[in-house]
Amino acid sequence: MKGYVKSIETFGLVDGPGVRFVAFLSGCNMRCRFCHNPETWEKGGDEYTAESLFDKAFRYKSYWKKDGGITVSGGEPLLQIEFITELFTIAKSKGINTAIDTAGQPFSMNPEYLEKFLKLMEVTDLVILDLKEMDEDKHINLTGCSNKNILQMAKWLSDNNKHMWIRHVLVPGVTDDTQGLCKMREFIDTLKTVDKVEILPYHTLGISKWHDLKILYTLEDVLPPNAEQIKAAERILCN
Amino acid sequence: MKEFAQWNGFEGRIWKEEINVRDFIQKNYTPYDGDQSFLEDPTENTKKLWEKLSELQKEERAKGGVLDMDTDIVSTLTSHKAGYICEELKEAEKIVGLQTDKPLKRAFMPFGGIKMAEQACETNGYTPDPKLHKIFTEYCRTHNEGVFDAYTPEMKKARHNKIITGLPDTYGRGRIVGDYRRVALYGIDFLIEEKQKDFENCGDGTMTDDVIRLREEIAKQIKALKGMKEMAQIYGYDISGPAKNAHEAVQWLYFGYLAAIKTQNGAAMSIGRISTFLDIYIERDLKNGTISESQAQELIDHLVMKLRMVKFARIPSYNQLFSGDPVWATLEVGGIGVDGRSMVTKNDYRFLHTLENMGPSPEPNLTVLYSSALPDNFKKYASYISIKTSSIQYENDDVMKPVWGDDYSICCCVSATQTGKEMQFFGARANLAKCLLYAINGGVDLKTREQVGPAYVPITSEYLDYDEVIKKYLAMMDWLAGLYVNTLNLIQYMHDKYYYEAAEMALIDTDVRRTFATGIAGFSHVVDSLSAIKYAKVKVIRDETGMAVDYETQGDFPRYGNDDDRADDIAVWLLKTFLDMIKKRHTYRNSEATTSILTITSNVVYGKATGSMPDGRRAGTPLSPGANPSYGAEKSGLLASLNSVAKLPYEWALDGISNTQTLNPDALGHSEEERIDNLVNVLDGYFDQGAHHLNVNVFGTDKLIDAMEHPEKEEYANFTIRVSGYAVKFIDLTEEQQRDVIARTCHTRM
Repeated sequence: MKGYVKSIETFGLVDGPGVRFVAFLSGCNMRCRFCHNPETWEKGGDEYTAESLFDKAFRYKSYWKKDGGITVSGGEPLLQIEFITELFTIAKSKGINTAIDTAGQPFSMNPEYLEKFLKLMEVTDLVILDLKEMDEDKHINLTGCSNKNILQMAKWLSDNNKHMWIRHVLVPGVTDDTQGLCKMREFIDTLKTVDKVEILPYHTLGISKWHDLKILYTLEDVLPPNAEQIKAAERILCN
Repeated sequence: MKEFAQWNGFEGRIWKEEINVRDFIQKNYTPYDGDQSFLEDPTENTKKLWEKLSELQKEERAKGGVLDMDTDIVSTLTSHKAGYICEELKEAEKIVGLQTDKPLKRAFMPFGGIKMAEQACETNGYTPDPKLHKIFTEYCRTHNEGVFDAYTPEMKKARHNKIITGLPDTYGRGRIVGDYRRVALYGIDFLIEEKQKDFENCGDGTMTDDVIRLREEIAKQIKALKGMKEMAQIYGYDISGPAKNAHEAVQWLYFGYLAAIKTQNGAAMSIGRISTFLDIYIERDLKNGTISESQAQELIDHLVMKLRMVKFARIPSYNQLFSGDPVWATLEVGGIGVDGRSMVTKNDYRFLHTLENMGPSPEPNLTVLYSSALPDNFKKYASYISIKTSSIQYENDDVMKPVWGDDYSICCCVSATQTGKEMQFFGARANLAKCLLYAINGGVDLKTREQVGPAYVPITSEYLDYDEVIKKYLAMMDWLAGLYVNTLNLIQYMHDKYYYEAAEMALIDTDVRRTFATGIAGFSHVVDSLSAIKYAKVKVIRDETGMAVDYETQGDFPRYGNDDDRADDIAVWLLKTFLDMIKKRHTYRNSEATTSILTITSNVVYGKATGSMPDGRRAGTPLSPGANPSYGAEKSGLLASLNSVAKLPYEWALDGISNTQTLNPDALGHSEEERIDNLVNVLDGYFDQGAHHLNVNVFGTDKLIDAMEHPEKEEYANFTIRVSGYAVKFIDLTEEQQRDVIARTCHTRM
């Protein structure tokens, strides 16, 4: 089984507990208008076997101590579900903490998929789930995809007692309306296994990548949220 | 066995039989594994004095970097009357003694070279006394004159073309750490007695050159000890006997150090490993109830204030090399004893706490001797101070202890030396990046077009062939190593002869171990260039004379700094190869040759003299500092970079492998607690792999840019950053160096 990795960050400190080895897998079906990693949309980059990626990660074991470990991010890691299952199986056999940073888009309740997903969850310690938007139409407009299966995934994780962090990218004028945030909060309140809710303030550092890839960026005029806006959103979502 | 009333309450025997400070420490110190909650704020005295000193520092900067200079007094132990930070606050100053009669006034020190001493005055608008010129040119010689009289034409050419560079031939070599603790523990009279015994036992009566030289040196040491007593007398203290309490111990020890900085202007003037030693005195007084914690902190604050005031008169070319007016008053905390007990005491906290009580500061160069086995509380406190001040560095006690024992000091930026048992011949650096270009161009320097190296056949092919390059590089490196060692032999000989460190050597065992410290510059660029030649295609661009002036590299190649063995193996090979070439040479006074990969801020100056490289580095741009990977080479984040550096075996670079990294606070974690834990994890993980050194900066690039644009802002007055092996106030760097610091990778994640 081959995996496709766009890049590696050996010193990830925000994508899961402790110090993390973060592999950014390539390929994503969503086309989020604020995406800061558009270079990971297409499947490509370096090829790894699960063993070779694990060996690379394991070089950093001495920094992980009690809570650090491996995170797969992307792109959308769930698009390479067999690969990450294999990777995490090796990691768990060595007692390494594993986390997936996902937007949940490939999730589906069809039994065949669920079987695979369950296997993955058996070797996954933490799911970091991005919730982009609660309103279905807005979600489609923003990402090109439906959010129904994403919300289903959150519920599935909760029902199956899987720990998760919820993340929300705060884009002023796009994903920061009070009503939407309140709806999201209400949804989160129905989940039993959420350990943490985080606001990720939108930033503009990814725009140059869109330009390099010659893709039209539709949020050119949007500025990152200021501290006040972030606090306001946190009051709704994180308390 | 000696007995003094001042030793009441101290345990042990051997240290009373012979001079043995280590034994005294081991028998008497109290390990501390609690947290920082016992620490006290600055006293009123400290606040007043620090305020005064801050004003003086501001005034100094406003005057262009030098507040005042001597022009007609040659600095000796007793050349100046007593000086204080402020006459009116004299009583508040618990630890006294200045290099001259006034604070921040720079002494006139001609023994390294009269020309430099005069030039230092003149460039700062002072006129040196012509009488001194006459004395030091007509009646007596200096180190600099001796060296230049003896240099061969080849040495001068290599020096002028900067293939060997930063040589201590115009200033003191420094790096000799007297065991200043001896003054406090034994008092001067006992030290004189012991040296007199050595003098009597020197040789078997046959007057060989070695014996004659040693006899003269011991005689000089004894005179220096007597001079120290007189110097202390000027401040109203009699240091002939041991110190009887904590206050005296700090003061006596400082007098020992003051003697060194009054008589030597070495590039590095470390005070050494004094923290645990002084804690023993403080603990005794705390137990006796004769001192409070606040008073203990005051003593340490006032000592540190003195170390923040050490200044030397320098010339512009020196300042370009060692930017920011550093003196490397390096001081260690932490470490673990050979018996496994942590050597962290409350005093180690007190020294770090000075950075809170008096704000961040580049001096003293506070160094944590690190091990993952240090008490958790201490590791966390050190990390907290790093995050808050960016003013401390870390060195791996686990790799140094097996080589140097548990009483070593750091004698420069990162180099270890056994305290009181050892001295070092500092030898600056050979530019191995330039040497690679010499190999390709047959020993001709690109910049001056002089034939500097031997006229070996240059490479003439269009594309570089790895095996051919390596063969030529080895030949050129061997030439360079030979010339370099010989140049240093000559410099060290003259330094011993004309600028002998009598005061420091008086506080070191007569039967001294000597190391011979060479160094490498341009390390990462050689590694990446060789990797490019091996794994990609490197086309040579030649000018009309046939000289290779540039390179076009086609294809990708592994770079040092990504934990990729293909590149990192070249790095390890390069280090070992150079070390072997150094080691086979004869070294002055049978010293033990070592090497280092550290460049201070001189990477900017060295880079100026170095042409374009096959790794893509442009001509004239700064070399990567120390053992750091090249700018932009790191593709997988901080830890991959650290892992590459950690592969370099410390045993092959016993003089040190410096690595400087800057972390964005936001990338280090969301809360202060998270940031502290994460930094501890990084340090544990890095040093557990056997890495040697890490400078940790915690701030964002935006702060540097703002500090560069608005140096006048109050918040930047003491904004301290770590650069290769030391710390500087950012606003004291040249604009070029500021740009260089900003350009270096700041580890952050989007």
